[in-house]
Amino acid sequence: MAELNTDSGGDKGGKVRSKKQNSKVDLTAMVDLAFLLITFFMLTTSLSKPQAMSLGLPDKDPKDKTEDLKVDENRTMTIILGDNDQLTFYMGLIYNPIAGPKKIAYGKDGIRKELLKRKKEVAAYTAAKGRPDQGMIVIIKPSKKSNYKNVVDILDEMAINAIPTYTIVNDFLPEEEKLLEGK
Amino acid sequence: MAKIKMKKKSTSTDMTAMCDVAFLLLTFFILTATAKIPEALPVDTPASTVQVKLPDNDLATVSIGKKDGVNKVFFDLKGREVRKKTLELMAEKYGVSFSDEDKEKFALMTDFGVPIGSLKQIIDMKASDRVKADQPGVPMDSLDNQLKEWIYNARKANIEVNDRELQVAIKGDAKEEYPVIRKVMDILQDQNVNTFSLVTGLRGKDF
Repeated sequence: MAELNTDSGGDKGGKVRSKKQNSKVDLTAMVDLAFLLITFFMLTTSLSKPQAMSLGLPDKDPKDKTEDLKVDENRTMTIILGDNDQLTFYMGLIYNPIAGPKKIAYGKDGIRKELLKRKKEVAAYTAAKGRPDQGMIVIIKPSKKSNYKNVVDILDEMAINAIPTYTIVNDFLPEEEKLLEGK
Repeated sequence: MAKIKMKKKSTSTDMTAMCDVAFLLLTFFILTATAKIPEALPVDTPASTVQVKLPDNDLATVSIGKKDGVNKVFFDLKGREVRKKTLELMAEKYGVSFSDEDKEKFALMTDFGVPIGSLKQIIDMKASDRVKADQPGVPMDSLDNQLKEWIYNARKANIEVNDRELQVAIKGDAKEEYPVIRKVMDILQDQNVNTFSLVTGLRGKDF
């Protein structure tokens, strides 16, 4: 690889000839080094910073005893996160559900379709009532057996479907407990 | 007859352009690099479609993960001055003394998961040993809720140093059971921190 200096001119002549220097520098080693450093920096860099999902939960000060707000059951959807990546949803009240309770899958073919459908229904309902500013309310109830991924997934669904109001509730009604066990 | 002489081709290639490109890339990577700091508790975060990035300062991270079958909670804080101040406040609260050198070292550390009593041992270790050390996690049960104190004092320190409210991020493992996460959320809510971030990875667009 390296260029050999083939200039073998001796000093036979009387003139002292300055040796012609080869102008080419061997860059191989330099390139080697550069690529080594590139590899090092590529591997040690964390290019993608982690994402942050903002979550606001309702205040739960025990001193704060505001009356439980009556919410229109036609606008509420409850999603119960069960074990083994299962979820159950129902609309309205558990005693008298408008739809469901029904088991459904995560992802775009499961809960997302349902959410979009219900969201449209709620929009039509509130528009008919003359209060189109009121959107859908989703109550998320993660059971003890659900995992963190399920919670993030469902919160992500809320963001994707642009659900205006949603919250995480940890209290289960007896009927909902039954629903969880009876699966 | 004259022999046809093959022109001898030089075997050396011109490396100048290659060298240029290599160094250009190298410069780019050096300038954009933020060194990956080894975490004491590796956590596999779940993916989401949110695009908001985690802030660089005023941030406390609570990592929740499972190591050797045990749920562990680690605590991390951004900002050297905030870290120092927090350690001072914690030392005061628990009656543990740290030297100035310890505080300086703690300011440069990353996450940790030990009770305040054994924190000094962790501080004295080398960075590479800290990762290997068997850290039991920050205690957070009702009898000895040090995580609560850490968060509380970190918030206090951040207000004193930066005059801004500290943001708390929960970095949970995807497979972590919900009750453990809920416990941390409850600790936060007990201090009236009702808004916090969940750290997630990036999900593909077609989800």
